[in-house]
Amino acid sequence: MSDKKKELKPNTYKFDTLSLHAGYQPHKNAGSRQVPIYQTTSYLFDDVDHAAALFNLERGGHIYSRISNPTVGVLEERVASLEGGTAALATSSGMSAIFLAVMTLCEAGDHLVVSSQLYGGTVNLFRLTLPKFGIKCTFVKPRDTEGFKKAIQKNTKGIFGELVGNPGNEIMNMPEIAKIAHEAGIPLMVDATYQTPYLCKPFEHGADIVIHSLTKWMAGHGSSMAGILVEGGKFDWMQNDKFPTMTKPYEGYHGLSFAEEFGPTAFTMKARAEGMRDFGPCLSPQNAWNVLQGIETLSVRMKKHCSNAEEMVKYLMGHESVAWVSHPSVPDHPDHELAKKLLPNGRGSMIAFGIKGGKEAGVAFINNVKLASHLANVGDTRTLVIHPASGTHSQMDEATLKFAGLSHDMIRLSVGIEDIDDIKNDFEVGFRAARKPRLVSNQ
Amino acid sequence: MKFKVDNNEVYASTGGRPFDKKKPLIIFVHGSGLTHMTWVLQTRYFAFHGYNALAIDLPGHGLSGGESLKSIEEMADWVNSVIDAVGHKEASLVGHSQGCLVTIECTARYPNKIKTLSLMGGAGAIPMNPQLLSLAENNDPKAVDLMMDWAHGPAGHFGGHPVPGLYHINTGTMLAKSRTIQNTLGVDFRACDNYKNGFEAAKKVKCPTLSILATDDKMCPVKEGKKLAALIDGSQVDIIDNCGHMMLLEEADRVLTVLKKFITTNYPPLSS
Ligand SMILES: Cc1ncc(COP(=O)(O)O)c(C=O)c1O
Repeated sequence: MSDKKKELKPNTYKFDTLSLHAGYQPHKNAGSRQVPIYQTTSYLFDDVDHAAALFNLERGGHIYSRISNPTVGVLEERVASLEGGTAALATSSGMSAIFLAVMTLCEAGDHLVVSSQLYGGTVNLFRLTLPKFGIKCTFVKPRDTEGFKKAIQKNTKGIFGELVGNPGNEIMNMPEIAKIAHEAGIPLMVDATYQTPYLCKPFEHGADIVIHSLTKWMAGHGSSMAGILVEGGKFDWMQNDKFPTMTKPYEGYHGLSFAEEFGPTAFTMKARAEGMRDFGPCLSPQNAWNVLQGIETLSVRMKKHCSNAEEMVKYLMGHESVAWVSHPSVPDHPDHELAKKLLPNGRGSMIAFGIKGGKEAGVAFINNVKLASHLANVGDTRTLVIHPASGTHSQMDEATLKFAGLSHDMIRLSVGIEDIDDIKNDFEVGFRAARKPRLVSNQ
Repeated sequence: MKFKVDNNEVYASTGGRPFDKKKPLIIFVHGSGLTHMTWVLQTRYFAFHGYNALAIDLPGHGLSGGESLKSIEEMADWVNSVIDAVGHKEASLVGHSQGCLVTIECTARYPNKIKTLSLMGGAGAIPMNPQLLSLAENNDPKAVDLMMDWAHGPAGHFGGHPVPGLYHINTGTMLAKSRTIQNTLGVDFRACDNYKNGFEAAKKVKCPTLSILATDDKMCPVKEGKKLAALIDGSQVDIIDNCGHMMLLEEADRVLTVLKKFITTNYPPLSS
């Protein structure tokens, strides 16, 4: 109908546009279309008043690159915009982002409830290192939603998990676990490294803090270490007295209360003002720039990562040398339905599969593939493989491997964006070699 | 800090400094559906330079109790009560958007109490788009998304603001969604739409007045801001290029610099 009023629609930029533009205005940077690399340690003050104002958080701006840097700042805003967060803080690696998040939240005597399926480095941090700071953790299996509730104690300050556990691809029921956290008045922190905001925006499912190792899919090209923590802005720090370092006057900043002053960005402001000042895991501007290059093509790459992964799942499932395949796209994966809900744009590019012939076959496969790279990383544009039982976890016996969710026959695959036929052809070479030892032993 | 007005608890940020009766008072009044948080890049400076910088949450907003006030006139009287409640006889007022309507009306009603008036993204009237008004009154989160879209200029849509790592459109969205939309934004938009006394009130303003306007402000265009300023004797006008309605965040530094000069000249701080 011609007289029908046009429906109003918000015209804020959408994901693909934000990936290229968010956080940066060329006209404020000599018209430079690319984000400049501010390779500097420090920034001139206009006068003493300006210096004092910056130090006292009375106005925004940069002082010293340990605390903030304009190139890193673009990356922070860009990731915050993509996640739907209010603010972000980039760090030198994913591990330092996790550490900073915990140290911003907790004090000695505090406790965290943590998913048991985590990246190995993170497990060590929670199991061995944090107790040295007086912070204890209870581990809960990611599918044991009720277990998260039962593990909450009086001094619990948060729940932490990876949305899709590694290497078993077990998915946390994030919306339910977020409810449990919020009923207990504590935040849910999610490491969403494997998903990137293209596949899942955890804030939409109740998470309060999102963490990424940007080293992986976000940067994407296997070139640079980086991490980030992003704040959702919904969590009310003042609802209880569990977070005095957020809500009470802080001696380090003339009695500032982060929650009162900064509300939806309080966590990031504290992580920067206190954490970057005192621990100092700052990201180099060059690495921030490298990550920004990766993010420019995030959705294009993630689509290809996911479609290649699904092709590989089909190929592996139909292969005579493969005993089992674990990926949320497999119909009999226990979290198949949950994955559809939480990861509608694709189920990610991490696959675990069992090779027939056990450890020996695994070794032969890894030693004979030529295109797939054998290394300790994930989320590269290139296809990566590793056989944990012979490499990273070779010291473990069968029982310990099982506890870590591993087995002798498991190969972990991070599917790259090469031509799918070339990846399959390469795997054929690996599988042929893997079958040989058995032929020999059968004689 | 917290205090009571009309038996309801009021929350006001003091910019990180304890309230001190001896210091002159500046009251910052936020825009529709927002909270004291929008002023964080202005208040801390004044709080640390000889003023009581009180960024209030209007009733029913942010951390304040009570229900949202239904008219600009009631809000103007309420701001006057805040001055009394904190034990002061006078104050400088700073308003943003709807806060401009409130502070102009308050200045016109209590001319002896208000010492300076600073208007950010102000106009004599803020008629609402009927669709936007109805979305807000129906508690539709799209109202907030539309407001954040229109309230940021083209540059503001990209981000790249002075506080490292903050993405303002999402921060603003979170503030506006922190309480029930229809009870905050819905009531506020209706109050703005109903308010017709802006130009008359402006004629009664006798204190030093500053208007900060922005070239890309879609909600209160420069033309409207100038029309209002022209009615106020000797009013100063500062126009910011490449900036939208959320100038207090988009161009926080520029706003602070202009505000600082204007207020310290016309309403000096307590020197320490
Ligand atoms: C899920 C996950 N989180 C965190 C990390 C640690 O990140 P970084 O290696 O950037 O320190 C990794 C690294 O493999 C990871 O896979």
